[in-house]
Amino acid sequence: MDTPTTTLTPDPAAVDPGTQLDQRERFYDLVPRLLAEDSRLVLVVAEIGAGYLDPAAAAPVADRIVNVGIREQLMVGVGGGLALAGMRPILHSFPPFLVERPYEQVKLDIGHQGVGAVLVSTGGSYGLPPGGETHFGSRDVPLLDTLDGWTVHVPGHPDEAEVLLRRAVAGDGRVYLRLDPADNARPADVRTDRMSLLRRGSPNSRGTVVAVGPMADRVLAATEPLDLTVLYAATIRPFDAATLRATLAAPDVVVVEPYQRGTSTAQVSEALADLRHRVLGLGVARAEQRRYGTRTEHDALHHLDVSGLRHDIAAFLG
Amino acid sequence: MQPPPPRDAAPLGYRDLTRLMSLMTGDEKHDTSATSTLDVTWVLYDRVLRVDPTRPDDPDRDRFLLSKGHGPMAYYAVLAAKGFLSVDQLAGFGSYGSPLGYHPDRMLVPGVEIGSGSLGHGLGLAVGTALGLRMANRTGPRVVVLVGDAELEEGSNLEAIQYAGRVGLDRLTTVVIDNQSASLGWPGGIAARFAAEGWSSVDVDGRNHQDLHRAFTAGQPGRPHAVVAHVEPKDA
Repeated sequence: MDTPTTTLTPDPAAVDPGTQLDQRERFYDLVPRLLAEDSRLVLVVAEIGAGYLDPAAAAPVADRIVNVGIREQLMVGVGGGLALAGMRPILHSFPPFLVERPYEQVKLDIGHQGVGAVLVSTGGSYGLPPGGETHFGSRDVPLLDTLDGWTVHVPGHPDEAEVLLRRAVAGDGRVYLRLDPADNARPADVRTDRMSLLRRGSPNSRGTVVAVGPMADRVLAATEPLDLTVLYAATIRPFDAATLRATLAAPDVVVVEPYQRGTSTAQVSEALADLRHRVLGLGVARAEQRRYGTRTEHDALHHLDVSGLRHDIAAFLG
Repeated sequence: MQPPPPRDAAPLGYRDLTRLMSLMTGDEKHDTSATSTLDVTWVLYDRVLRVDPTRPDDPDRDRFLLSKGHGPMAYYAVLAAKGFLSVDQLAGFGSYGSPLGYHPDRMLVPGVEIGSGSLGHGLGLAVGTALGLRMANRTGPRVVVLVGDAELEEGSNLEAIQYAGRVGLDRLTTVVIDNQSASLGWPGGIAARFAAEGWSSVDVDGRNHQDLHRAFTAGQPGRPHAVVAHVEPKDA
């Protein structure tokens, strides 16, 4: 198997924080151009995001930009109806209003109807920490996991977000694109759903860490002193069991996800079902924390900063 | 999805529907809700909708969305009478290998536009379908969605009614079967609620075919249209 190796080492010359659009900004910049390129595409929003589109860019495709107001059930229902009429809907909001509140519409108006749609969320698990639990989004991927046929992309860089969105709109399937305010310094190659190899451990390494999306840089930093294999996944569904097995030295695996911890441990166990193995899921805690503050503080709270990851990974694999 | 069955040798009419419905047996608990839709569904398929069982995927067909998926025996009977189903299929209603469940599934039955059963989904899907057809410059097809008066209690319907009225989706028609089954009722009437949101609306006897046809072919340009079809109360 040919496993791509990607380096995510920061390259200051390639990253200008002053001009680099984040994932959300890249989406707003890109989506009018995508609509102009493909007359099947329709953007449906429920107020959130409507004001971020450049009016001049949106004007030529305004007839295919639908703002239903603060009506999230309708946003998804309209998406299902558009798909039934042969269009390719892109639905957009924060995770709780795109997946949690209209969950039954996602299940029935899209899945049960046998149609496709592209759901694009922004904000990640705690993109606006002072917003609190009502705006936190860590439960989105686990919820979608209860449904059939969803591809889930978790880009770790705006360039990845663009590649993955372009791939999503070109198809007919059900795709969730989870945009995050946190980025890795450099993009990975996400032209396929395969995981890429960030660091290969020795034949005697203690195990594998799968870093999902924006977790890559911090996982690399946290595992620097450890003899481990580090894989990168910007697509977590379908789970790339083949690459995990092909690069496996020791059957001990940690999955670091930017949403609810443990979401993909079952997929790892299934991939290694014929092996005695151990698996640990790291990510956002299930319990409601009732904390505001900053993303940095929430990273630390959930052990998703470098020191927390180093501690938890070393404790499991050390 | 199964291919459309061959048409029955002799055309079937309204008077055959009772016999067709009697072919469907099982533990169906929605007998009243099934019969409440019978005349409306027949008038739509017999005189209003431009649909063809030999071309169920024609992109320029009219769309009928049964949102109130409970008690679909009348719907299945009409589909059989109009050649979308074979009469033989009706006897399997609700059985393991049958395409005909207690709630319709568009992936199993030709001519069924949506899978329904959980109340409050059809109107949103209908709004999206009407929008999509308009965006694709298919201005001919109309989209007709059937809901129940109790189904309107689901808040998702209100989102769709509000939006469709504001944007003037004039290829969209909602027919409300009012058999007074909403526990808390609709003070002021259902038609007035649609009108307040910008729809044209009309009350009609849900058993009078001539009046139903007139109601379905009425409406005002630039507005979605609501037909409130009154039938005998559910508990009468």
